[in-house]
Amino acid sequence: MITYIIRRLIGAVIMLVIVSIVTFAIFFLVPRLVGATPESMASRYAGRTATAETQHLIAQRLGFYDPMPVQYGRFVKGLVVGAEYDTGTSVEKCPAPCFGYSYLTQQPVWPDLVDRSRVTFSLGVGAAVIWVIAGVATGVISALRRRSFFDRAAMGIALAGVSMPVFFTGMISLVFFSYYLGWTVPGGTYVDFTVDPFQWAYSLILPWVTLAFLFAAGYARLTRAGMLETMNEDYIRTARAKGLPERTVVVKHGLRAALTPIVTIFGLDFGLLLGGAVLTESTFSLNGLGKYAIEAIVSNDLPKVMGVTLLTAVFVVIANLIVDLLYAVVDPRVRLA
Amino acid sequence: MRTRSGVAIAAIGTALALGLSACAGGGGNTPPGQSGGGSAGAVKEEFNAALGKVYNPSKAKGGIVKMAHEGTWDSLDPGNTYYGYSFNFARLYGRTLVMFKPAPGAEGNTLVPDLAESLGETSDGGKTWTYKLRKGVKFEDGTEITSKDIAYSVARSFDKQVLPKGPSYLNELLDWPKDYKGAFKEPDRDISSAIETPDDYTIIFKLKAAFGSFDYIVQMPMTMPVPKAKDTGTKYQEHVIASGPYMFDKNEIGKSFSLKRNPNWDPATDPNRPALPDGFEVQLNVNADDIDNRLISGDVHLAVTGLGLQQAARTRVLNDPVLKARTDNAKLQRLWYLSVIPDIEPLNNIECRKAVLWAVDRTSVQRAYGGPNGGDIATGMIPPSLGGYKEISTYATPGNKGDINKAKAALAACGQPNGFNADISYRSERPGEKAFAEAVQQSLAKVGIKLTLKPFPDGDYFTLYAGKPDYVKQNKLGLAVNGWGSDYPETFGFLQAIADSRTIRDSGNYNLSIKIPEVDQKIDQVKGEADVAARDALWAEINQRIMDEAVTVPGVYAKSILMRGKGLTNLYVSDSQQMYDYVGVGVQQ
Repeated sequence: MITYIIRRLIGAVIMLVIVSIVTFAIFFLVPRLVGATPESMASRYAGRTATAETQHLIAQRLGFYDPMPVQYGRFVKGLVVGAEYDTGTSVEKCPAPCFGYSYLTQQPVWPDLVDRSRVTFSLGVGAAVIWVIAGVATGVISALRRRSFFDRAAMGIALAGVSMPVFFTGMISLVFFSYYLGWTVPGGTYVDFTVDPFQWAYSLILPWVTLAFLFAAGYARLTRAGMLETMNEDYIRTARAKGLPERTVVVKHGLRAALTPIVTIFGLDFGLLLGGAVLTESTFSLNGLGKYAIEAIVSNDLPKVMGVTLLTAVFVVIANLIVDLLYAVVDPRVRLA
Repeated sequence: MRTRSGVAIAAIGTALALGLSACAGGGGNTPPGQSGGGSAGAVKEEFNAALGKVYNPSKAKGGIVKMAHEGTWDSLDPGNTYYGYSFNFARLYGRTLVMFKPAPGAEGNTLVPDLAESLGETSDGGKTWTYKLRKGVKFEDGTEITSKDIAYSVARSFDKQVLPKGPSYLNELLDWPKDYKGAFKEPDRDISSAIETPDDYTIIFKLKAAFGSFDYIVQMPMTMPVPKAKDTGTKYQEHVIASGPYMFDKNEIGKSFSLKRNPNWDPATDPNRPALPDGFEVQLNVNADDIDNRLISGDVHLAVTGLGLQQAARTRVLNDPVLKARTDNAKLQRLWYLSVIPDIEPLNNIECRKAVLWAVDRTSVQRAYGGPNGGDIATGMIPPSLGGYKEISTYATPGNKGDINKAKAALAACGQPNGFNADISYRSERPGEKAFAEAVQQSLAKVGIKLTLKPFPDGDYFTLYAGKPDYVKQNKLGLAVNGWGSDYPETFGFLQAIADSRTIRDSGNYNLSIKIPEVDQKIDQVKGEADVAARDALWAEINQRIMDEAVTVPGVYAKSILMRGKGLTNLYVSDSQQMYDYVGVGVQQ
């Protein structure tokens, strides 16, 4: 087991290096290949009527005149040992992992990432709890009451959930529940868990439900399909023949076997979600990693792009590692090596 | 296909959302739990109620004005910001030597002294400008503001490596010492060739050459005083030391900030700012459609960027009389236009360029920007509220629909009687520009000019494509959709950057079509002219000369639909800000 984890972690580090090189190349090398100069790249971060001299000065400060490997090396060095940043009046130490300073806001990226992660994590965890419970429960009941009114209604709603994007359901629910009924807080409201757990949950309930509605639908359909298949297996009949209570048959023998694909998909979904629920955060104006990524990409703010990309990759890797470990718990036949 | 479905769903969603929010806001139901601004009371709501006059006049103090921003502020540092809304807002926490009078309409376009006792005085035709400061004006920490604080703030803003985003007018106009690097890198350098402070209440600016409208430059935030001892360079934006009626309370960069009253602001030293609310709260990075919904419901008072309603809300609001009555159709000093690049064959022939100007159906261009509410049909390069504006009839056509016969005659004179092929560029993320390009494409097709649409990403439009001379020439990009807004509400601040060919550089140009030596020469004349009427006359000549050369097709003088949140008082659109004036606004408690 330990060897397996170490091997996976080494693989993850290699993958992160590749991700960082590719991201760096997309934002730095590709523009140069299509004719961008250090000055033209610097002009993105200057005032709109910046003179050629201003562009030159900014390019100099951002190190755009250095060869590409030197620029990349500087980024990696910042991650490993930290960096120094000249504020004009003093030199500030940016401790490792230093993802650099935003070209636009001139703020260090790492504290931003940590701060934004809290919002995204809060959003993701709450929504995941709801969608897993609601989705799996609905799927199980639908499978057990196949072709019943509940089954048809639930699957119809599930289809609607999958079909309707978050910006649709989110905007509608925001206007109705927040602005019309006044039951929930307006968009852009977030209270940290450490400040007030109740207000934290209250401020996130609408985004949670909206996001969960999207995911729960898929999980319900997946669970239903898995359960239908499993409940027709011979060993289920055997379990019933042994006289086991129906609850034990369904939960311990049926659901457990049906869970493996759900755990797999959950790992991917949750990992990606922690990298930023872009649409949900944008719709509800939550300052999480997803919004941060969009801002960074739109404004070509490379340090922010690198930071959020690598962090997302880390989340995906960790989530998948946990899922792989969970396989052994869910399905005793799986042995990690 | 997926994208189209997504857009359709988004549109339906937004429409439904707006419909619901109309129930919440426009229809008169007061939803529970709203924290915005309370009821608008007995105020009569009507369309354009804040244009040219004050909506809901009041002197009542108190309350908090809530604002929302769909993106991130470029910087709260007065030396590092370059957005109109930021200039407007910064006057709440900072004071400049002179400022625009907080008043509705054209009156708001006049300059009045702020930190200075009077407007700038010059004794040598505009090369040296002297300002005497009011006494007793203090920073938020109680320290008196002196001329040295202003000199320092200008000298720090010189350093574009540290503060890259602010305007560089003072870098270029003042007679700085040779190879000066700014106050951060050379704090002890003698800068008396550019700025002198003979005493604590006098500041003298020395220019390289006469510049008649210098007062317009020093109303910009880079003359807001910065105490040297409290300056933290790039981090100063985290806590700007206030000199205006409000100071920063909380400031979470990229998220939100709030202002509260500055106890050391003395109204006796400030005749311009009523300072009605007790504070301001600004939320950043709010979904743009959500801002519109919150304006409608009353959850926020103002959209701080002043860009107006989004397309989805605009249609809905303008079709609902109750909601429309809460809006103002403000004129902007912004022009949407088409550059006709004279370097590209056959547009290097003026007759071919004239054919383009004759053929374009201006009404279709107006429709591209949302019809009459989106802007007025433009006939020249100077918007109506700026000096030197006049309607130009050089290419006037019946009903502004273009004149095919004159276009064909011009094509024949150009030696291209059957038309020609050309490319037209626009920014792909901007639906208005795409519609503009398509409208031009359809108009020109009628006379045989076949245009190929060339969309480019917004972020690289000027740096890599339509603003890069090499690219334009190599790829024979003959036409480019452009837009331009004024830096400050004076014609120099609008036209110079897009009409003076000497500003053209290797990339990042906003103009590659106006390259007329006579225009450059007249711009120099304007700079040295202190008399406003004489300056305006020169601008009018420049405007006409550009049109004679047929290097641009003016599209529309832009307008926006601004929405008043609930409970606001003393609200008006000022011609100088081209949006609601944040200095004057109040709120009912």
